[in-house]
Amino acid sequence: MTAVTSRVPAGRYRFRHAAKMEWIKLRSLRSTWWTLVITAAGAIGIGVAVGTNTVNRHEDLTNNALAGIVPSLLLIGVLGALAMTSEYSSGMIRSTLAAVPRRPLLLSAKAAVFGVVALAVGEAASFIAFFAGGAALRHGIPAPALTQPGVLRAVLLSGVSFGLIGLIGLGLGAIVRHSGAAIAVVVGGVYVLPTIAGSFSHGLGVYMPIIIIGNSLTATIPETCPAHAATCPHFLSAWAGLGLLGLYAAVALAAGGWLFARRDA
Amino acid sequence: MIEVTNLTKRYGPTLAVDALSFDVRPGAVTGFLGPNGSGKSTTMRLILGLDRPDAGQARIGGRRFRELRWPLREAGSLLEARAFHPGRSARAHLGALAASNAIPRRRVDEVLGLTGLAGAARRRAGTFSLGMGQRLGLAAALLGDPPVLLLDEPVNGLDPAGIRWLRDLLRSLAAEGRTVLVSSHLISEIALLAEHLVVIGQGRLLADTTVAQMSARAPSLEDAFLELTS
Repeated sequence: MTAVTSRVPAGRYRFRHAAKMEWIKLRSLRSTWWTLVITAAGAIGIGVAVGTNTVNRHEDLTNNALAGIVPSLLLIGVLGALAMTSEYSSGMIRSTLAAVPRRPLLLSAKAAVFGVVALAVGEAASFIAFFAGGAALRHGIPAPALTQPGVLRAVLLSGVSFGLIGLIGLGLGAIVRHSGAAIAVVVGGVYVLPTIAGSFSHGLGVYMPIIIIGNSLTATIPETCPAHAATCPHFLSAWAGLGLLGLYAAVALAAGGWLFARRDA
Repeated sequence: MIEVTNLTKRYGPTLAVDALSFDVRPGAVTGFLGPNGSGKSTTMRLILGLDRPDAGQARIGGRRFRELRWPLREAGSLLEARAFHPGRSARAHLGALAASNAIPRRRVDEVLGLTGLAGAARRRAGTFSLGMGQRLGLAAALLGDPPVLLLDEPVNGLDPAGIRWLRDLLRSLAAEGRTVLVSSHLISEIALLAEHLVVIGQGRLLADTTVAQMSARAPSLEDAFLELTS
């Protein structure tokens, strides 16, 4: 017996071991790569299309070039949810928890790996969309430059929004667990509900994830209301929007983690 | 060594496991028997920390599963249903698990060879037959070369040669001083494989004995089992 057990090395598994497992799991699925490529291509393609059709040089040209961010984020949100729910649908969760039974550690490793991948793809897509959208401008409109006020911030935060929407999806996946239901919650919660809320009340709409991303994070100057306007959306500043989106991701992950640690797998 | 103490689990109004206590000792294969729905799989899930017990506890080498330092190197497990993503290759599946417990990469190829999956290592596991899926589950259980093995219906889907291979493997692992718990609903298989027996029915312990003693109570092990569980 002692001969058998003495082969176990000193120490114990840690975050980096769990993160390495999650990285191998993520990269070894073809669907991961397809989804990421389509996400980036969508963001860039829409940016080019909007750039081509821009006629007014006084618009927020950066915001136009980043117009594809919000639609393509849908895929990142769904991919984040599936990163969790496919564990349950395939039965993989039993293997995962046999290797890493400390569930809060496991979810943080999953969130870190997926968050970093989504962020990296998001930054790449945002910068390419920005330059491609700028290059596509016609009618003698000059392309925006990163050195202009607020432009670099808008492009960087567009990339960050991929990471945060991905984490919101992951958190919702941990809460809902069933793939179909989780996708419905991500699409409904992040896309449909805000549209409905926004149509009833602009005051509420500006706190919704896609409105924050579309009008605060990807804008060089978030639109504010003139003093005499009766009703008008008063969009959050880029940093306030980023903070609120970060809070949403933290709440989704905390709730998902709390349930994950307590429920039967 | 697996120690189960007063383990209790309720699903709604159903008492699946009822104050169950038994020990599984090293050096022998212990068969885990019970009729369908007697709580065998639930007991395994509770030992592995997948479900939380309502009372009692299970320990492996003195620790709860969640407290193990290198879980795959301390306890290997195979549950009844598949536990891998269909889109991932067998090699990637095992490679990910190996990374989580700092198990060297070459061990992945070792267990692929040991379970007869070397030729299918790069195929997506979703294309595997029932028997190959079972072999992949066994490869994962053996990955950490653990001193404790918990296998739920491991011969499911294996062909006769595979069953013989697995039986010889588990007996030799036990002979090395490991703790091996194997559930099955096939009495004949358990009779060939196990020395010890834990029999449960309706979540309660019915017998904690040896195959020899149990067989001596009736014309055959099967008769003894049916008598005990009727």
